[in-house]
Amino acid sequence: MSARNRELLALIPASLLLTAGFAALFVQHSQELSNVSLTYGAAFLALCLAGHLVIRFTLPDADPYMFPLVAVLACFGLVIIYRIDEELAREQAQWFVVGLILFAATIVFLRDFRVLERYRYTVAVAGLFLLLLPRVPGIGQQVNGAYLGVGIGPISFQPAEFGKIAIVIFLAAYLRDTRQILIQGSRRVLGVTIPPLKHFGPLLVVWGGAMILLVFIRDLGSSLMFFGAFLALLYVATNRLSFVTIGLGMFAVGAWFFASTVGHVQNRIDTWRDPFDRALYDRPGGSYQIAQSLFAQADGGLFGVGFGQALITQPGGGAILPAPQTDLIYAVIVNELGLVGACGLLLVYLLFVERGFKTAMLARDSFSKLLAAGLTAVFALQVFVIVGGVTKVIPLTGVTLPFVSYGGSSIVANFVLLALLLLVSDRARREARA
Amino acid sequence: MNAPVLRLYVLVIVLFAILVGFTSRWTVFDADSLRDNELNRRALLQEQKIRRGAIRTQDGEALARSVPRPGDTWGRRYPTADLFAHAVGYSFTTIGRAGIERSHNDELTGQTDELTGVLDSLLGKDDRGDAVVTTLRTRAQEEAVAALEQSGHKGALVALDTKTGGVLAMASVPSYDPNTIDDPRRFAELNRDTENAPLVNRATQNGYPPGSTMKVVTAAAALDTGRYRPDSQVSGENGKPISGVPLNNFGSEDFGDVDLTFALTNSINTVWAEVGEKLGGRTMQRYMERFGFYAEPPLDYPDAQMSASGVRKKGELVPVTDPSVDVGRVAIGQGDLFATPLQMASVAQTIANGGVRLKPHFMSRVIDPDGRTVEEAEPEEAERVVSRETAAQLADMMRQVVREGTGTAAALEGVEVAGKTGTAELNLEGLNQPWFMGFAGDVAVAVTLERFQGGTGGIVAAPIARRVLQSLGQ
Repeated sequence: MSARNRELLALIPASLLLTAGFAALFVQHSQELSNVSLTYGAAFLALCLAGHLVIRFTLPDADPYMFPLVAVLACFGLVIIYRIDEELAREQAQWFVVGLILFAATIVFLRDFRVLERYRYTVAVAGLFLLLLPRVPGIGQQVNGAYLGVGIGPISFQPAEFGKIAIVIFLAAYLRDTRQILIQGSRRVLGVTIPPLKHFGPLLVVWGGAMILLVFIRDLGSSLMFFGAFLALLYVATNRLSFVTIGLGMFAVGAWFFASTVGHVQNRIDTWRDPFDRALYDRPGGSYQIAQSLFAQADGGLFGVGFGQALITQPGGGAILPAPQTDLIYAVIVNELGLVGACGLLLVYLLFVERGFKTAMLARDSFSKLLAAGLTAVFALQVFVIVGGVTKVIPLTGVTLPFVSYGGSSIVANFVLLALLLLVSDRARREARA
Repeated sequence: MNAPVLRLYVLVIVLFAILVGFTSRWTVFDADSLRDNELNRRALLQEQKIRRGAIRTQDGEALARSVPRPGDTWGRRYPTADLFAHAVGYSFTTIGRAGIERSHNDELTGQTDELTGVLDSLLGKDDRGDAVVTTLRTRAQEEAVAALEQSGHKGALVALDTKTGGVLAMASVPSYDPNTIDDPRRFAELNRDTENAPLVNRATQNGYPPGSTMKVVTAAAALDTGRYRPDSQVSGENGKPISGVPLNNFGSEDFGDVDLTFALTNSINTVWAEVGEKLGGRTMQRYMERFGFYAEPPLDYPDAQMSASGVRKKGELVPVTDPSVDVGRVAIGQGDLFATPLQMASVAQTIANGGVRLKPHFMSRVIDPDGRTVEEAEPEEAERVVSRETAAQLADMMRQVVREGTGTAAALEGVEVAGKTGTAELNLEGLNQPWFMGFAGDVAVAVTLERFQGGTGGIVAAPIARRVLQSLGQ
């Protein structure tokens, strides 16, 4: 069976999931909801089919499972968002259309994605610009103390979602050039391999960038995500664990320093360590969110309370669970579908990550390898940062759960990420076959 | 470069395993403590969305019903205010639950088993609980409360259906208005009032020295063991030594040689104390346990609001067989013996029912929101306490008490009342705990008044029992 036919077949589970999900909601709220909910489902399936056709005609050799896995995640997200707020689901569905258009555009205009290498510095500057945009007065938006959003008129978006792709492209291009020098120029000092001083500079720049993010954007999670992706790429490029260790050490020192000096970061860490402290719980922007996240999960238990049964808003108005459609969507999923449902979701992510790394391993040239590995790593880290935040593994931060959380920038950016992975995959698999 | 990619994947798997681990921690391992966390109000909020079923009397009067509150929530109203307060209890998110509201919470909130719950949610059923119809009767309760209040003393009364065990009336005075106590400050205020203790259900929670009403239990043991007959000759001499200490009859009256029926009719202390001593601690303990002493009453009521009757030393239950217990004085309802009105009503019910003690219960029927009866209470036997013959003999003796003995104030026209008075002396200056326990037709009743200066069971308690028996058509 050809890769594309396998992809088409693999879309069946996604369509079943979607139909079942909407049917459940429909049955449950038949008094309030109309057949519109089922129309949503049909329209969404048509979109998946359109995406499939784009791939079929442009990237016939690309990995057959990535798109269906994304479709499963997206369907899952859409149903959950629909259950939280009908209006948001409608918007999310619109963003899917935009995302798919950008997905198709990326594939069509970047047929030879390796041209990106040539624009690495342009891309890098664009990436940094995007990351720092939320601090520009007038358009920057502060949410929960972190600067992650930008609002221009009625449109608001999270530039970091696009920034992460730009940074990975730059790092992949930069490390492809310097990896040999980094490996060969290294010296061993006291049994520790350290990179040549000449190339230490750029690494310090990246580290500095992460620290700037921490201070300016004030978000531990996203700086962890970016710096983590950088270390992952550095490791893949050089196969030197010592570089990663040094990098992690530097990050830890920097994070500790800023955590103890920047009030907001300090607050985030306090609320993370002791979410049930009465004073922290009552403080605005305190531990209320993480505490409620944990309560919601406890409420879910092993099998969850059932679809549409979770308590999200207070009787008489007001939210119990703040930001259920974005930051805390994982808590809603655990609440309704339990540990079992959450494991299923994480498994889908893990399968996608597996396809991403597989693509990286199949790719022939260094840039493709680094690009695929980097994009996959940043994707996996994003999942870890938000789910880890919601489950109190690390301090909670405001990044989205890719393809599941509500959010236009997130959906669109992740579709671009998917397009890039499929581009690398198509080329790698074609070359591997030849 | 493939090896590091593979290792990176392994790292991602490890990271995701951590996520699964932490999710398990919150959903399974730490779930209980999170649910109990004082900051977690989810259960309370969930509760307010449920429309609790009504609680009704047997005759259909609403004792508790749900009223809509803003934001799709429900509150609770008690139309009869303080009349049924102790039996019905209350259910408020601010202070919790008590009484039938607590013991029948599952029915009232419509909590069913897992499978039907899933089906219901699939079928889009809203959160509505079932109604609980109780065995309580409005008229009897009104009479009981009015009579107790008119006595000017604190006290309690329990009336049971002798054939089913259903609670017909349960009154505890002073009472409180459950509609006002969802305000935690008001609740705390009532809790602090140890003088009147209005929240305490004196019918089930407080044990009082049962005095001479206990002689019915002693007589039951005496007859049922075959050691005595109603016409057995006993000595009613005053000042007989019991456990080495001389015991006096009421008013130090000396009766001489009498039979057992006469001894009950005239409530002769020295006879019954001697009978108790001769039967011995083991026999007394056995019969008391059969009557329900020394155990939580099997009533469908919260355990926290009931206490077991029996000999108590420093608050702890001590068996009659214990060397520290004065068996003779226990046999006449003194000697650190404490019994609840519910317990004594149960004794009367047992004799009236041919020697079979039934489980007392409040719940008569459970009716779902569609009007279907989903559960119906059947008379449930707790234990055969004495033989049918013993019960019949004892019933005759108790009728004699009301006919010409200490309990004449309980007599009714057209129906014979069987009963026993009690006047436990709390001090030597005439501070008494008056009692009356008895039955007529299908109704058993026990009533007591607290700390009544100069009050005797026959004069102050028997008329209250009479009023309640009368209101129940006896």
